[in-house]
Amino acid sequence: MLLAMVDLPAQDKPTRPPRTPRRGFTRLSRLQTIGVAYLLLGVTLVVQVAGALDPAQVVFLFGLGDGVPQVGVQPAAFTLGTGLLFVLAGVVALGERWTGRYAGVALLVATVLFVPLVLVTSLALSAAGTMNVVPLMGESLRVGTPVALGALAGLYAERSGVVNIGIEGMMLAGAGVGFVVYAVLGAAGGWPLYVSVVVAVAVGGLMAALHALLSVTFRTDQIVSGVAINLLAIGLTSFLRREVLLPLGIGGGSTLPTIEIPLLADLPLVGRSLFVGKPIYFTMFLIFALTQVVLFRSAWGLRVRSVGENPHAAETLGIDVVKTRYQAVIVGGLLAGLAGAWFTLETVGTFDNLITNGKGFIALAALIFGKWRPWSAFGGAVLFGFAEALGRRIQLLDVSVGGFPVPSQFLQVLPFVVTIVVLAGAIGRAIPPASVGVPFERSR
Amino acid sequence: MSEPGRRDPPGRGLASRLIETYFRAAPVTVPIYAVLTAAAVGSLVILAVGSNPVDAYGALLSGAAGSPGAIAGTLARSTPYIIAALAVAFGFKAGLFNIGAEGQLLMGALAAAWVGSSPALAGLPAVAYLPLVLMAGAAGGLLWGGIPGVLKARTGAHEVIVTIMLNAIALGAVAWVVTSPDPVLLLDTTASVPHSRPMAASARLPELIAGSGLHLGFVVALALCAVVWFVLERTTLGFEIRTSGVSPNAARYAGMSVPRIIILVLAAAGALAGIGGAGEVSGGPNGYLTPGLLRNIGFDSIAIALLARANPFAIIPAALLWGGLLSGAPLMQLRADLSLDLVLIIQALIILFVAADAIVRFLFRVRRPKRDDELGEQAIFAKGWGV
Repeated sequence: MLLAMVDLPAQDKPTRPPRTPRRGFTRLSRLQTIGVAYLLLGVTLVVQVAGALDPAQVVFLFGLGDGVPQVGVQPAAFTLGTGLLFVLAGVVALGERWTGRYAGVALLVATVLFVPLVLVTSLALSAAGTMNVVPLMGESLRVGTPVALGALAGLYAERSGVVNIGIEGMMLAGAGVGFVVYAVLGAAGGWPLYVSVVVAVAVGGLMAALHALLSVTFRTDQIVSGVAINLLAIGLTSFLRREVLLPLGIGGGSTLPTIEIPLLADLPLVGRSLFVGKPIYFTMFLIFALTQVVLFRSAWGLRVRSVGENPHAAETLGIDVVKTRYQAVIVGGLLAGLAGAWFTLETVGTFDNLITNGKGFIALAALIFGKWRPWSAFGGAVLFGFAEALGRRIQLLDVSVGGFPVPSQFLQVLPFVVTIVVLAGAIGRAIPPASVGVPFERSR
Repeated sequence: MSEPGRRDPPGRGLASRLIETYFRAAPVTVPIYAVLTAAAVGSLVILAVGSNPVDAYGALLSGAAGSPGAIAGTLARSTPYIIAALAVAFGFKAGLFNIGAEGQLLMGALAAAWVGSSPALAGLPAVAYLPLVLMAGAAGGLLWGGIPGVLKARTGAHEVIVTIMLNAIALGAVAWVVTSPDPVLLLDTTASVPHSRPMAASARLPELIAGSGLHLGFVVALALCAVVWFVLERTTLGFEIRTSGVSPNAARYAGMSVPRIIILVLAAAGALAGIGGAGEVSGGPNGYLTPGLLRNIGFDSIAIALLARANPFAIIPAALLWGGLLSGAPLMQLRADLSLDLVLIIQALIILFVAADAIVRFLFRVRRPKRDDELGEQAIFAKGWGV
């Protein structure tokens, strides 16, 4: 996924006119700009941060239980080393003309080092001295589940040429209506739980069908249609909550049961953290594998992709563009509904207004980050999951900077900041399906 | 009418002229039909939960416009929507989808609250203080709108996603600045519910009618509508903005700098929204900022801008409709025993039918416009993820 950062400039959009040199100063290339950022960051680390850190060693554990491997790190030395590497990478990137492709490699290495750097410094700044890495990974995957499913929802729609910024609304509707059905059935677990999940999935599909109706049949601006879907979901779910949930007086219910994957759950170190979880979490992996096969190895997938790239050529070949777009958008909606069920029926066990909290939009960012490819989008989703899991962990660790505790709001917005940084750094060369956003008109 | 050489086509009786007028008026009538259709579908929802739609809408109407006080309340409620919708519409004109009005309002309100409650400025007369507060709001919004502008122009990061992320970040930033007890930034340490320091009396926008809640910000909002209209329709810059909105390639070919326009439009839109936020915190009943003060105003203003088809003057009635729905809702809840959230559904339906004007045109038999100048009014707002 990090390869997104090092693509060669030759992949610039072909429609862009030749670059005119800016008056006054020479313009930095993308890699050089990133290089400057790393240079500044590296200097700050070396001069300001490394000396200020608590010199005591911090310890990272890998896995649960006794006798797991552990790594001790000297924070000051690690920060100093990383800072120097950042400076080096920055210099190499700035001298892109002479260093050639090493510029990209240097920046890639620097970016990979970012994660351990954040872990080490936050641990050094906290009261605790140890952190277990494997549960953090597990939590990243779990928290990333709705984002990953949402990204798939967007993937199907957008590969077929329909922009879908209504993922958030489809998720919210699935989460809300699914839980309302569950509450009406008693919220006591058992079979109603699974019925409610199915309802959530179906509701996501229905909202997607509405999106398809608006944007494919009526050729509404697809982004506007997505906004309408989001607004409708907010109104619908908060209305249902006030009219149905609150009178029922059901504050919460039991959620989907935790299951263990046989054999894999007994793997040393990672087993208990990664292979013990809840159904939607595991289903997500299955759906990703399935999507890879369906989109890239089946006739239907080929149709979806061709409709998204060049609908008129596809039509000439006898493909029903409208039908294919409907199918793709609705399949995506079903997945968004499942992501909604993750919130209410798998994780929290209750429904609050706006419970999806922008995850649908982050999913979209993950999709763009992953350049409209399933596994890369999954990588993006896990990255955002990691940002959120780390934020929670830092909050628990009681990290303080300059004598003040790190504000909880800062940690809550961390995934959003990561999204912006990633988009600004990566999308320039992420090329969307050619016909995404363009309403299709049947030729006569 | 009776120009030489011009003959009316055959069969132009009164009826066909009326029909002609009916189709000509489409830009005005279609949004009105959309509102009516939304109300009709909304009444189905009301029936479904066992209430009487006539009672409900009657209560809604009298709550919104049943008395002079109710009307003043509606006007007061609409004020921030007018300004925020201008910010969205301004973006639409340049082909940019500014979902960030929410965050820009908040940052404007934050800057205004900071300046308006600053001990260093205490004692300044209102003549000097009020413009300062509004300018601070504009600056806060400008910053928050400028970020997506620069990112879009320089890196191609899509403004829809960046502005949505910035909304969440603004909410976090405001919550921290306003409520953080350690270090104290803008928290009123004497208050039991966390909110910002109260603004100085001379930094508060005066009420137009005492006790009504309707403040000077409403006049500012109307003036801004005129300003935006003037800039868009009567200046070279406005022409560039509209050109790059309709066709970035044509604009580029004509020698206009599209990246410059993108940055400028989003920053200016942010500044507009920032003024709206400043107006709300300084003209509102409390005179202090809480993180939830402006919730959803920015999102709703997207719907208002769409309803008004991004026309600066049409925004005024559209925002009044929105403000009326909101300020009438409590009476509807009281009389018809319906949840306030019903209004949210009706609002969503309005935007749905406005967006899908094909449905409305089909229902009310309004022909699609054929001529390009009519199409220009409703140019495609956003074009996928293309840079």
